[in-house]
Amino acid sequence: MIAQYIAFGVFAAATLGGAVALVWSRNLVHSALYLILSLFGTAGFFVLLSAPFLAAIQVLVYIGAIAILFIFAVMLTRSLTNITDLFNRQMWVGALTGGLLFITVLVGIILPVWGPNGSLAEGLPRSVDVATTRDIGLQLVSGNGYVLPFELASILLTAAMIGAIVIARESE
Amino acid sequence: MNILTEWTPIGLFFIIAAVLPAAPILVAQLLNPSKPNDIKLQTYECGVETVGDTWVQFKVQYYIYGIVFLVFDVEMIFLIPWAIAFNELDMFAFWAGFLFIFLLTDALVYAWRKNALEWE
Amino acid sequence: MTALEFLGLLLIVAGFSTLPLLLAVPLIWVERKVAARIQDRFGPNRVGPYGLIQPIADAIKLITKEDITPAGTDKFVYNLAPILSVASVVLMWAAIPLGPNQSLIGVDLEIGVLYIIAVASLGTLAVMMAGWSSNNKYALLGAFRVVAQLVSYEVPLVLSLLIPVLFAGSLSLQDIIIAQHGMWFILMAPLAMLIFFVSAQAETGRAPFDLLEAESELVAGFNIEYSGMKFGLFFAGEFAHVATNGFLIAHLFLGGWQGPGVTFNGPWWSTLLGIFYFVLKASIFYFMSLLLRNSVPRVRIDQLMDFNWKFLVPISIGNLVMTAFLVMITNAAGFGLASYQPLSEATFFELLPVTLVLFLGNVVVLAVIVGTFGRQLREERLTVEAVAAGD
Repeated sequence: MIAQYIAFGVFAAATLGGAVALVWSRNLVHSALYLILSLFGTAGFFVLLSAPFLAAIQVLVYIGAIAILFIFAVMLTRSLTNITDLFNRQMWVGALTGGLLFITVLVGIILPVWGPNGSLAEGLPRSVDVATTRDIGLQLVSGNGYVLPFELASILLTAAMIGAIVIARESE
Repeated sequence: MNILTEWTPIGLFFIIAAVLPAAPILVAQLLNPSKPNDIKLQTYECGVETVGDTWVQFKVQYYIYGIVFLVFDVEMIFLIPWAIAFNELDMFAFWAGFLFIFLLTDALVYAWRKNALEWE
Repeated sequence: MTALEFLGLLLIVAGFSTLPLLLAVPLIWVERKVAARIQDRFGPNRVGPYGLIQPIADAIKLITKEDITPAGTDKFVYNLAPILSVASVVLMWAAIPLGPNQSLIGVDLEIGVLYIIAVASLGTLAVMMAGWSSNNKYALLGAFRVVAQLVSYEVPLVLSLLIPVLFAGSLSLQDIIIAQHGMWFILMAPLAMLIFFVSAQAETGRAPFDLLEAESELVAGFNIEYSGMKFGLFFAGEFAHVATNGFLIAHLFLGGWQGPGVTFNGPWWSTLLGIFYFVLKASIFYFMSLLLRNSVPRVRIDQLMDFNWKFLVPISIGNLVMTAFLVMITNAAGFGLASYQPLSEATFFELLPVTLVLFLGNVVVLAVIVGTFGRQLREERLTVEAVAAGD
């Protein structure tokens, strides 16, 4: 059991620490690398939640594709790699908004569910079976399963690709 | 707790994989000479002085390849559970997967026809 | 888990981690000897009997070379890149089975193959980091090209990988090998094996896709500014990666450690026999990769990309659809893979009809390819030959 706590601590540190460092860093490429650290932390959480499939595709898609695209984009704007100002003039508005958002999420979502009087106060309902990737597959294409979102996802991907090509090829 | 019995060794693998390549580098740092001088520390550009800032004109083509790869990557991760469960599914599952693949092949054909896949 | 168990686990993990790096050493020798013999020369034969100590001499040389880190590099990222590159290969070895015994694998992950692919994508990241942190135009340019290549060839790699996964119904490598008890998957999906082999060559940067280390262009690409052991690590990592790909192909398509006389978790001689079969099959692919390297010219970057997106990807999609269609048809007809579950109990003759159907499907796909592209390729070849003959 102690191993789970250690793992949770490590992944939490990676995710949150990476996110903070990403915002704080003045070098855009370093920020991209901290993003990768943060995404690794998220993949670790998926493992802890007994969803290794999601962890693997988190690494494969987010880190192997999206983070690389970020790094490409960052290198496109290379003139912005040496930002010296840490804060800008909207700092106080931003801090206020961030604080309000945090309190809203805390009071509106976290406390009613996980708080002392919340609906999960007696602990999460434990399920004995852990869904495997095969179960995802069975659900994904079954008629009363998720086949409609499955097809809609492909339409969404097609739209994304067409959109990206249209924008990137504007010069033609 | 079988998720941890399966993945704790992987965690150890990550740690050791990070440490193991560092060992030869550290050994090399101990054993190699270190005589830096100005010329050695210069950036290599075919033996002449560097001209201009170190950045290259970014070709949009790299980004397009990245985007097309991203779309196909996401397609592949949808197809993986489909492939695993395939032998236990009926005909409907095949046609659902076929429609999925067909729509994305459609996108590939679009990219092809719009010359988005050309290198230059 | 007690401290002793933990220590044992640590030793096993350390053992599996050092294997790829130790393997790189004789592989360098094999590579140089084979390349030399193909080029009608001797290769290293001075250092030790038949030059066997040559790789060790090379390693000692690399360790004792001065490590020149040019000014202006991003020190942390610069040092991290070779470590990440080797780490990605070492991590792959966590999930690859070495023999027909559950203890001969680091961890038999439920998501085995997907984990291997995900970890391989970390290598792509390492190249990007190396190219950027070197503060060198050529390194950056080289890194962009390499990343574009690695990223593009992942698509046909995974698409052709889906076919053994489809047959076996599992991502775990031991399961895929066990499912090949009756029939090796290469007979059911030869085209997928070819596509996987070609994509794996491109993924590791082997000829004819070796733009990464094109010594005559871009002056060694993204690792220009690396010297000494850091360069050595990139090098060793690449060799280990090629070997690992050979193992993967052997497992996915040739039945891994399956062979006459081998049973899973059987007696010690069965285990040794299984390891022997497996190493033999993997060596075949490594040797093929060496032969390919020394006989085929390098392709240009635009040819590389066209080959992938306009040829390999459509073919692998078509192959996947055709294979899935035939599996579905045979399942419905009653003699398909679903009728002989679990596949580890099926015999060769039971699986023969479905194998024939799938093989014919592959032949049909191949015929379609030759028909569609054949004319175009023939015209190109004729124009090239006409130009060459006209000079």
